[in-house]
Parts: sequence; C-alpha cells; structure tokens
Amino acid sequence: MAKASTGTLYRGREGMWSWVAHRVTGVGIFFFLLVHVLDTALVRVSPGAYNAVIDTYKSPLMAFGEVVLVAAIAFHAFNGLRVIAVDFFKGGTKHHKTLFWVAMGLWAVVMVGFLWRHIPNSLGGIF
Amino acid sequence: MSAPTIPAPRTGYQRSKAKGSSLELAAWLFMRLSGIILVVLIFGHLIVNLWMGDGVHRLNFGFVAGKLASPFWQIWDLTMLWLAMIHGTNGVRTIILDYAERPGTRLTLQMVLYAASAVVIVLGTLVIFTFEPCPTGADPSLLPSFCGA
Repeated sequence: MAKASTGTLYRGREGMWSWVAHRVTGVGIFFFLLVHVLDTALVRVSPGAYNAVIDTYKSPLMAFGEVVLVAAIAFHAFNGLRVIAVDFFKGGTKHHKTLFWVAMGLWAVVMVGFLWRHIPNSLGGIF
Repeated sequence: MSAPTIPAPRTGYQRSKAKGSSLELAAWLFMRLSGIILVVLIFGHLIVNLWMGDGVHRLNFGFVAGKLASPFWQIWDLTMLWLAMIHGTNGVRTIILDYAERPGTRLTLQMVLYAASAVVIVLGTLVIFTFEPCPTGADPSLLPSFCGA
C-alpha cells in the first residue's frame, strides 16, 4: 500500500472518506456477523438457552447498539451500490460525488424509518 | 556518468498480457454481485426481525422456530449466511493484504480468518439443516404454536 506523506489527488473529500467508512463499517458488520451466527446457533442447544441470550439484545444499551448496527449496514449497502454504479455505468466517475450524496439521502430515509419503529419498540417500557 | 538512453517514441512500453489466475477478478466481481443480493436479503431480514411487529422484542425461540420451519426462510437464511460470510471474509482478506506487511503476519492473519469463517459457515449451515422446531422435553410455552400438545 502506498504511504504518501504529501497530499495526493485522492486525499480527502467524499471519495476517500466513503472508502474509509466502507472499510470501518464492513469490518464492524463482519465481526457482528460472527457473533450473530453463534448466538443464533443456540436454537440447536435449547429454547431456554436461545431465549436467555437473545433477551440481552432487548436492553436499552443494546437498543443503541442495534441503531449503530443498522446505521452501519445501511451505509455499507448504499455506498456499496454507489461503488457498483461508479464501476459499471458510464459517467459514474464523473458524478461520483452526487451519487455519494444520493446514497447518504437514502441512508437518512432508512434511518428515520427504522428509528420511527425502533425507539418506541425498544424503549417503550421506559417512558 | 553515461548519458541516459531514451527509447524512441512508442517503442518502450508494452502492456504485459494478463497472466496467472483470474481469481482476483472473480473476487472483485463476486463482491459486487453478492453485494446486490445481500442488500435485498439483509434488508428483508432486518424488516421482518427488527422492524415489523414489536421489533427486537418479538424475537424468541418460538419466532425463530416458526421461521426456520418454512423452506422459504431456510433458503433465505442459508443464502444470506453463505453470501455474507464469503463477502465479509473476502473484504477482511483485502484489508489484511493492505495493512499487514510482513509475510508471516499476512499468512497468519489470513489463516485465522479462513479458519474462523469456515467454522461459522459450517456451524450455521448445520443449524439450518438439523434444526428441530419442537424439541422433545422442552417447556411447551417456549415452543411455536404449531408444535401442539
């Protein structure tokens, strides 16, 4: 990997930061996936064991974790589709910044839709 | 000090023909194809398991058993498991190859990654295919309604 100590054409702005965020969210989602397959595998142990572990996903702290998870997944999904659009469509590279902000708009719409249901669902017992 | 030799225009550079395996091209293409399918599968998974009804609060053994008793969700979950694990493993492989520089570190991290991924894919696949929605001796109140008496 190049180790440029001076600025390059590709440093900063939408192109680089979306690449950084794609890596960070990707690694985060991957490690969650490893844990999530293991916790789901408890259905093969006993109903009680599965319920005991899945109940820990229902606390307010984990509700916040689920917001972070969905935010990461939605970002990775829409930014991934943007990468595909840049790769495969003529004019994709020219309009990559517009495509990035379209992806962020879709991300915001998904987050509003998710939080609208998730906040009352997960914190309903508190208020 | 001898004068540098400058090749005549348009004779010096020859683009070498692609050689070796096309594995990296296949991996690049796989990330894009599986990515598109995973957007559908994972958004559907999140809508059903985290958004509809009482969201995360309706998750329990009975809910999962009800889903995994249906071939539709078995195929859905199996496809999602394999595509997500291979997509994620290839993504982390790319990151290891980008940032780990010593050959030993690169090899070790990749071996750990592949071992962990293989265990999770095999375990997840076994769970989907050997799942018993109505295990004998279990508390009936924890089981899906179709288990009966």
